[in-house]
Amino acid sequence: MRKIRVVIAKPGLDGHDRGAKVITRALRDGGMEVIYTGLRQTPEQIVAAALQEDADVIGLSILSGAHNYICPRVMELLQAKEIADILVVIGGIIPDVDVPKLNEMGINGIFPPGSSMRDIVEFIRKNVRTAAASAS
Amino acid sequence: MSSVKPNVPAGSAPTSTVQRPERFRTISGTSIEPVYGPEHVAALDYDRDLNDPGQFPYTRGIHPSGYAGKLWTMRQFAGFGTPEETNGRYRQLLAAGGTGLSVAFDLPTLMGKDPDHPLSLGEVGKCGVSIASLADMERLFADIPLSPITTSMTINSPAAMLLAMYLVVAEQQGADWRLISGTIQNDILKEYIAQKEYIYPPGPSMRLVTDVFRFCAEQVPKWNTISVSGYHIREAGSTALQELAFTLRNGIEYVQYGVNAGLDVDTFVPRMSFFFNAHNEFFEEIAKYRAARKLWSHVMRERFGARDERSCKLRFHAQTAGVSLTSQQPRNNVVRTAVQALAAVLGGANSLHTNSLDEALALPTVEAATLALRTQQIIAHESGVRESVDPLGGSYFLEALTADLEAGALDCFRTIDDLGGMIEAIEKGYPQREIAENAYRSQQEMERGERDIVGVNVCIDARALDVPTLYIDEGAAERQVAQLEDLRRTRNADRVVRSLDALRETARGKDNLMPLLLEAVRAYATIGEMCDALRDVWGEYEETPAI
Repeated sequence: MRKIRVVIAKPGLDGHDRGAKVITRALRDGGMEVIYTGLRQTPEQIVAAALQEDADVIGLSILSGAHNYICPRVMELLQAKEIADILVVIGGIIPDVDVPKLNEMGINGIFPPGSSMRDIVEFIRKNVRTAAASAS
Repeated sequence: MSSVKPNVPAGSAPTSTVQRPERFRTISGTSIEPVYGPEHVAALDYDRDLNDPGQFPYTRGIHPSGYAGKLWTMRQFAGFGTPEETNGRYRQLLAAGGTGLSVAFDLPTLMGKDPDHPLSLGEVGKCGVSIASLADMERLFADIPLSPITTSMTINSPAAMLLAMYLVVAEQQGADWRLISGTIQNDILKEYIAQKEYIYPPGPSMRLVTDVFRFCAEQVPKWNTISVSGYHIREAGSTALQELAFTLRNGIEYVQYGVNAGLDVDTFVPRMSFFFNAHNEFFEEIAKYRAARKLWSHVMRERFGARDERSCKLRFHAQTAGVSLTSQQPRNNVVRTAVQALAAVLGGANSLHTNSLDEALALPTVEAATLALRTQQIIAHESGVRESVDPLGGSYFLEALTADLEAGALDCFRTIDDLGGMIEAIEKGYPQREIAENAYRSQQEMERGERDIVGVNVCIDARALDVPTLYIDEGAAERQVAQLEDLRRTRNADRVVRSLDALRETARGKDNLMPLLLEAVRAYATIGEMCDALRDVWGEYEETPAI
């Protein structure tokens, strides 16, 4: 049985990585294979990592307000690489007004401060849609 | 969460189904007795361990008269969008009775990149104000006289560059460098440890820090050249004890580097300041501040042989805990902040920032920021806590906690000394691992219901309890990029190139970089250009993440 493979990425210039590290460990404890990219990854680097790691899920940790640039770019690149079945989730600070735009581009898992790790693990299990992970 | 705890309606007490531990523990893991009495403080000697406020070892405070003589500075951290927008917010805060300014810079500025750098896309003006050159600094302080106020600038890797910009604006206003005062955070060690806004490797970064120490000692004697910060260490997940110990050990590292650079401790340590978190656990926080003062006084007298009393007096800014704010029921954050602020005041904070209720959601609105300031003002003017110095001094519980934290910090100093110093400990990932470990542990405790957070795992309210939030659009970025393009067209390009070449040349040698940075700033070189010139010589730091 193949484990769900997750790339946790910290895009943008922000260095506040508490959330990214905590969720990396929580997903590992939840039975997933997790690769943490480290800080200051561009959308190009994140998508390349997902491709290389054969990821089922990309988790983006964004608190800086740069999501309006980063998220569309990541989704665009996933389309271009024909790996748009990868589930993208976001943890961080996302203003309510930006949520519909993110939903529209296919990002439905948005977890603000105070989210429970259990809920995130559950969400990923239910929504993962790559063939490899769904079969597992 | 409902399987762990019943969801109780707002207003009713939580009916926990989790068995309470027979004995409670502080966040730092100290076991708490049900009742404290004289036996818990029997080892303490008043003159040696506490002494009167204003007397060595300053456990009870650095001023004999506490806040009766002078209130703490109410310094609200603010910055967003363009310099013009932030200038407007500063004038509102000063008009509302704020007594100092505190600049929040955006991420490109903090990372030494111009607004039009590819990595700045989406980040300009978002987490703070965008300052790309002296021209922006002039706009930031337009019609705000810098002589009578003090300004704190939260800037680390490019602290020397932003200080140079501030000094040139002060000079343009006719202010005397020998009289102006303010603070730059300039604390690179906690960036490697916690906040991760580093640019250069530790060696050259520490040179920039000591260059600022020396320059200010000679030319800007009232400037606080560093704010050694536990705040970010705590926000990244440390305990109160780790915050205390790592921060003071960082302080020791800076003093040691200053000494190694040939400075006499009493010429620069009096201008060092500290910055601590004010978190939820009320008594442990107060104990932390008192232990910090005591520890520092001994470090300076015994480890460094300080003769000037001012070197032994730890002055600190406090900020309430951003990480404690919840996006659920955001108005509860006002109450959390008030309790945390009270701890900072009872612990003798010299200046204080209170967070706004909406900060788990966005940068604060002016209404939320004003309410946060009012919270401090109510503590100051209505509660009476300022009327007696260290009013909790002598509390069996508080003194026992203070002594425990002191002992724990001394243990940690020994561990780090044994690793060869703080920079060596950082290179080995020691503080980073300790913090990551505790961050995960505290998240698990919360999820298991071992630590209650109102509105999150107890007293949950399903109703939407939204508050208005500030929204920063991309307009600020466009305006900043346009202004930068104008600047590049109109400034004297030759002078810029010459100043950057000179900066590179000096970076290869040993001379103080501040005069070179001042010249580059006067030539309107940008933050990105100045930082790149030093990147050319020093390279960039890359971390191995500790999870």
